[in-house]
Amino acid sequence: MAHHSEEQEIAVLPPDKEKIKKLWTVAGILGALTAVEFLIAFTMHHGAAKTTIFVIMTIIKAGYIVGEFMHLKYEVKVLFWSIMVPIAFIAWMLVAFLYEGFQLSDINFINF
Amino acid sequence: MAHATATTAPGQDVWNGGASPMGASYGKLMMWFFLLSDAFTFSGLLVTYGFVRSAHPSFTGLADAFTFSHAYWPIPEKVFEAVPFFHGFSAPLVFVGIMTFILIMSSVTMVLAVEAGHRMDRKAVEKWMLWTILGGITFLSCQAWEWTHFIVGTDTPTAFKDFVNGAWVTKTVTGANLHVNQYGPQDFADFFFFITGFHGFHVFSGVLLNFLIYYNTVTGVYQRRGHYEMVEKVGLYWHFVDLVWVFVFTFFYLV
Repeated sequence: MAHHSEEQEIAVLPPDKEKIKKLWTVAGILGALTAVEFLIAFTMHHGAAKTTIFVIMTIIKAGYIVGEFMHLKYEVKVLFWSIMVPIAFIAWMLVAFLYEGFQLSDINFINF
Repeated sequence: MAHATATTAPGQDVWNGGASPMGASYGKLMMWFFLLSDAFTFSGLLVTYGFVRSAHPSFTGLADAFTFSHAYWPIPEKVFEAVPFFHGFSAPLVFVGIMTFILIMSSVTMVLAVEAGHRMDRKAVEKWMLWTILGGITFLSCQAWEWTHFIVGTDTPTAFKDFVNGAWVTKTVTGANLHVNQYGPQDFADFFFFITGFHGFHVFSGVLLNFLIYYNTVTGVYQRRGHYEMVEKVGLYWHFVDLVWVFVFTFFYLV
């Protein structure tokens, strides 16, 4: 590889304080939500309510990671929806398989 | 590399060429679609976990009275309660919580590296990439410890009834692998190895990619190229790995 004896001077811009502050805020929110999940894990009884809370909090966390860290919120709308719409298939897969699973547990063939 | 949002001359369709309709470079776009397909793979694993788990009976008694048995699915917090250097001390989910925190932190340092790249700040990219790599290696080390603990098992073995050659026999089992599982139904151990293993392998390849980016930054490749878009692309992958862990944490360890 040819060695460049003179590397062009490229201007380094100063840190964008506002943006960095926002990133740390998002990190704080993610940490706090995880801490709350932890708290709920030991204070609530297992059941549908607990699971629902966990699912909602996980979706919020996922929204922050994908929207802010992965910057999807600020991308062009076509790109945003190209990623979001196929997720509907995952939602359907989840519903279908869980329904099937609970039906199987009613039959209870596993413990004959 | 700043990509302007798609703009065309009046009357020109944005999809006719010459413009970037999605406002992103080819490489970045393909990374997004790869991650989408990867999301389907992980969903396949996690949904199958949900399917098999919901097909098993769950433990109905009080949490304090819980014991390992093949008759029902185990409560995860009763399985994952060990912390390094605190042998015999029950600290449910504490170690997994620490691992989650490590991965979130390494996601933050990654996004700070991306931000530094936008500013052409080579020194800052180097610094934040190093922190990200450190976070990834720490996470992998934690996982190695957790796997070891899971495979070796608890101090007291679990007695299981097994149907062999037409007669019921009692077997004592310590630890878990793909053939035996002291914590509950065999599927539970299998899913543990497959789901956390598949995620761990993603983290491992992420660390390798991060190191490649760090190396190219140090040798000035991106400086000469005039942009740090590679940091952004690998950053997307790294955040995705963090995203998957958020789901694994909830659906494997918490619920």
